Amino acid sequence: MTDNPIERAATATPPRLARRIKGLSDRAIAWIFVAPTIFLLLAVNIFPLIWTINLSFTNFRANRPNREVDYVGLRNYERILTDSDIWLTMQATAHFLFWTIFFQVLIGFTLAWLINRKFKGNDLWTTIIVLPMMLSPAVVGNFWTFLYQPQIGLFNYVVSFFTGVDPSSFEMIGSVNLAPWSIVIVDTWMWTPFVMLICLAGLRSIPDYIYEAAAIDRASRWRQFWTITVPMVLPFLMLAVLFRGIENFKMFDLVVQLTGGGPGSVTELTSINLKREAFEKWRTGYASAYAIILFVTVFGLASVYVKALNKVKER
Amino acid sequence: MKTAKYLAATALTVAGLGANGAAADDLTLCWAAWDPANALVELSKEFEAQSGHSMTFEFVPWPNFADRMLNELNSGGKLCDLLIGDSQWIGGGAENGHYVKLNDFFDKEGISMDDFAPATVYAYSTWPKGTPNYYALPAMGDANGWFYRRDWFENPDIQAAYKEATGQDLREPESQREMLQIAQFFQGREIDGQTRYGAAIFTERGSEGITMGATGALYAWGFKYENTPGKYDMEGAVNSPEAVEGLEFYKEFYKTATPPGYTDSYMEQGLDAFKSGQVAMAMNWFAFFPGLYADPNTGGDKIGFFVNPPQNQAASTLGGQGISVVSYSDKQDAALEYIKWFAQPDVQAKWWALGGYSAHNSVLNDPGFKDSAPFAADFLEAMGAVQDFWQEPAYAELLIAMQKRLHDYVVADVGTAQEALDKLIEDWTETFEDEGKL
Repeated sequence: MTDNPIERAATATPPRLARRIKGLSDRAIAWIFVAPTIFLLLAVNIFPLIWTINLSFTNFRANRPNREVDYVGLRNYERILTDSDIWLTMQATAHFLFWTIFFQVLIGFTLAWLINRKFKGNDLWTTIIVLPMMLSPAVVGNFWTFLYQPQIGLFNYVVSFFTGVDPSSFEMIGSVNLAPWSIVIVDTWMWTPFVMLICLAGLRSIPDYIYEAAAIDRASRWRQFWTITVPMVLPFLMLAVLFRGIENFKMFDLVVQLTGGGPGSVTELTSINLKREAFEKWRTGYASAYAIILFVTVFGLASVYVKALNKVKER
Repeated sequence: MKTAKYLAATALTVAGLGANGAAADDLTLCWAAWDPANALVELSKEFEAQSGHSMTFEFVPWPNFADRMLNELNSGGKLCDLLIGDSQWIGGGAENGHYVKLNDFFDKEGISMDDFAPATVYAYSTWPKGTPNYYALPAMGDANGWFYRRDWFENPDIQAAYKEATGQDLREPESQREMLQIAQFFQGREIDGQTRYGAAIFTERGSEGITMGATGALYAWGFKYENTPGKYDMEGAVNSPEAVEGLEFYKEFYKTATPPGYTDSYMEQGLDAFKSGQVAMAMNWFAFFPGLYADPNTGGDKIGFFVNPPQNQAASTLGGQGISVVSYSDKQDAALEYIKWFAQPDVQAKWWALGGYSAHNSVLNDPGFKDSAPFAADFLEAMGAVQDFWQEPAYAELLIAMQKRLHDYVVADVGTAQEALDKLIEDWTETFEDEGKL
């Protein structure tokens, strides 16, 4: 064994693998290594997608495997796009999506800005604030049904304390007007800490010297906020919006536990509706078309959004 | 030497098992998790002792029961050897090959369907409906009934207040309208220093709750699924003026006589509302009545029972189930053995005694049956006028549509009763067209 580090490094480097595996080029060996991943991707992602597209043109039902399957052309798509009930679920989803993101960004950014100030107990408060997002959505949905209970629920009593309204005079989950807001409140409570953490990362990535330079140029705090803080945190904020948007578009567990899609269908989001079509009504062909429409919608919106995000990052 | 002894003992045990003939099986029986299931566990101990088979039970809470079990059947699962499935599943169970047809077995073992109450045989066993093709043995008769706070109804002060408010005597209601009047009287009333409410009814959205509740009123008004049975001609039956009136009545009941926040409630919530003293009356399945009567706080002398009151006609919503052998089971012989044992009159008598609702004539026609429990006579009366939901293979799709239309109208104030029932016909028509039945 030599003491020369250069020689040691040279002997530690193995000879080219191809030399040891006779008859295989480096490219072939590379394919061997990548093949399992490609196979998995094809099996788990691409094949089901193609199969779903195929099913979306049929009247197939998974609970009747022996029944003859007919190709129905675009009938499933036509039915879905002309069904007023499905458009209502789209509206409910859009309402949920818009307001949860709006409140989570607003409150999350504010909390991050406050937490970013240096004060005693900063870490403790951060830990307390992020607790809700560590809970299971099913558990959160379940215990909020108790909090919203008009006769014994804490939420109604808190509202009553601040407004003087009789606590049993309103029903968050049972009222057609309040139920869409009840799911917005719970999702905001649970996921604002996530947006806060991302914003906090953005805020902490801004070097202090930029603020110091701005202060020397006599820029006001307000000016510093709008010209330094917001532009530099914006890519982080947009990333948070993307994550929350995708997550909330497919929101299921929390809302099912909380309202079950009711009262009536006012909180029946597309994912709940899709699950009913696919696994309760067993209209597999129809549900496949529904899934494809949702996939195209999310994929399209996300692509446009990611392009915008990249532009912001490039600035 | 020790090893040799163990080997000898093992060999003897194996030989002994062989000498007994068929090996003992471990049978799995699937059902909903509720009071009667516990009674069945107790009853089945006798079968285990007699047959040598052991029993395992898979009980699923009601809100998930249909989802869980239908997925199991649709995937050809072997979890259940015996299934006590809901009456509406019989069409799918038969047509999709999930259940074993029992005719040959009944003939061979001398089990006659004439020994069971006709309504239960029709509802739980036959497919196509009413034909002598049997896919289940009636296991648990059930219907939706009512119970009330007898102590409040018999309280002289409350009776006087009711008389003053309505001009009538406070009694077990004899019509749907009278029941609503009583519920509205109790709504928001102070009794023993607490605010009480009228009644706990079914409003649940996710599974079958609001359909099972509202049909109690709809059937009593005269709602029908078809004008001609088997023709799927729903126009004028599903949305008849009587059906519209019945649905409007159920909404009025929900809006004016139920506790606050009672928007998504089914069996458990109804039982809780009654046991906690919130409501004067509640609807629920007869299956729960033995447990309610035995409750130390609100049972005994404090509780009374009555059958779903008539309006234009006497009618009750059917519950209950038949017991079937799952065709994917590897232990069908042992499962059939269980059914043979369960069909015996003396076992059926014990079943009733333990809290299960036997559908066997020897139990129901026994002269002492009506007095055997405070709700026994009501049960007999209810079973004489039961009506059930569609039992088609596409029942789940039909049920989901009705759940949506009823909940939209009753709880979420969407549209009118007429519109809700018209849309329901559109939904069901689409389903039957997909099924090739229209």
